[in-house]
Amino acid sequence: MPDLSVTIAGVPFKNPVIAASGTFGFGREYAQLFPLSTLGGIALKGLTLEPREGNPPPRCIETPQGMLNCVGLQNPGVTAFLRDDLPWLRTQGTVLICNIAGSTREDYCRMAELLSEAPVDMLELNISCPNVREGGMAFGTSCESVGAVTRAVRRRCKKPLIVKLSPNVGDIASIAEAAESAGADALSLINTLTGMRIDLRTRRPMLSNNTGGLSGPAVLPVAIRMVWQAAARVKIPVIGIGGISRWQDAVEMLLAGASAVQVGTATFSDPFAMQKIIAGIESYMSENNIQNIFEITGSVKPYESI
Amino acid sequence: MEFGRFPVLLRRELAKGVIELWITCPNAVNAAPGQFVGILCEGMPLRRPLSICRTDERNHAFCVVFEVRGAGTQWLAARGKGELLDVLGPLGSGFDLSGCESKSAVFVGGGIGAPPLLAAAQRFGSRADVLLGFRTAASVILLRDFAGTGAHVFIATDDGSAGHRGLVTELLGARLDRAPCDIVYACGPKPMLSAAAEIAAAHGVRCQVSLEERMACGVGACLCCASKIRDASGGEHYRHVCKDGPVFEADQVVF
Repeated sequence: MPDLSVTIAGVPFKNPVIAASGTFGFGREYAQLFPLSTLGGIALKGLTLEPREGNPPPRCIETPQGMLNCVGLQNPGVTAFLRDDLPWLRTQGTVLICNIAGSTREDYCRMAELLSEAPVDMLELNISCPNVREGGMAFGTSCESVGAVTRAVRRRCKKPLIVKLSPNVGDIASIAEAAESAGADALSLINTLTGMRIDLRTRRPMLSNNTGGLSGPAVLPVAIRMVWQAAARVKIPVIGIGGISRWQDAVEMLLAGASAVQVGTATFSDPFAMQKIIAGIESYMSENNIQNIFEITGSVKPYESI
Repeated sequence: MEFGRFPVLLRRELAKGVIELWITCPNAVNAAPGQFVGILCEGMPLRRPLSICRTDERNHAFCVVFEVRGAGTQWLAARGKGELLDVLGPLGSGFDLSGCESKSAVFVGGGIGAPPLLAAAQRFGSRADVLLGFRTAASVILLRDFAGTGAHVFIATDDGSAGHRGLVTELLGARLDRAPCDIVYACGPKPMLSAAAEIAAAHGVRCQVSLEERMACGVGACLCCASKIRDASGGEHYRHVCKDGPVFEADQVVF
């Protein structure tokens, strides 16, 4: 029997497939289709201190092999989440990762403090949302700001801390290193790539926020490259995200250096995408005589650069 | 909510570029009028949300009627009998049809907004007036089907080539001026819905509208299909067409 379990920052996952934040809500919708306990974990919808309305519609548009979104962190706020959703989620038998966002460094710290007292397993610091005016990606695009917010949150966070990185940067490895030195227990990447589409007839951008975040199979090669570069630079575990829709994509991500993966947009095409990916990884392991999935992490054999 | 691959039972072109597709699906008979399904189109990451037009209990089938607008619907329009379609649904909440066995209703449909009203109109039989607006006579669809429910059907076209020349909402105004009704149901383009809501409100008649927004997940997880809705205390919040709708009380929609 192949062993799919992985441990990230001391937290055991039964398999390395995690639902990506913002694509899975607080789990209730997809729980109607399959038991959430089949998943390695869930990165829950991004939370802020106060409820957020998000951006006006249209908030999404399909693109070749992908989609753009500008939801803008709509969420009921951490208080409502703790009251209305967490007690139910806790009974679902999967690892719970709270994705937290804020407009100021202090917001992130307050969120970390509040959730440190709650029965969640890990926090994911969202410093990479491209769709909010303040905060979000602004914290994630320079080594200094990534280091500063990670360090501040780390001091007040009692849970294992994942820092979710933006791909909208020049040197992802240095950003990864900055997060690691500031105390991150793990990294997750990539968040969405900023993008834009324009309607030819109306000459209006197709999203209300003009620009949005690109996800889906289209971004997979970018994600693989960035995970490879980041994982080579840091010692902490990396969770690979971006365009994974088949088990082959997930295995590729693990080979690039990820210890686990998050799957997002693929769930919209096929609500059972994660189930199929888990099953696919398992048969790949059997066929290739791989006992523990963590054996393959980072086992890509890169060419010597010329 | 069910998910699986189900065969096409029948494909018909109702008007140029408007396709009726019947799909055999065991759970389809449970769909409430106004609910929708998400259908995957080959090579496209996002499902196409399509309202259920009606169901057929005998054949365990439902039908959707859609307009060919882009590559996804073009692919879908080319599917024939026996081909399997990847369907997620029924999704969302449909029209409130309580009291349909005794109440009177007026249905207002604009263009491709007409089909989602058919199953609801069926419940009202001859106590329904159905007002349908189209661009021109050649784009009129489902006329006989609506008439077959026992409803009184009236048509408006932009160019006057069939029925009333002008807006379908002009027919609604005249209809409500003439006689009251218990409820108005509307589906169509936003300006039409907004006008229908206003006319119904002016006549003191309850109105439900079926909204459309660009959608990704179809189940309420991604929060893409936001629409501003007024709550009981007057606060305006983004709700989601796929999960909280697609049917909303017209006086709660912030048009």
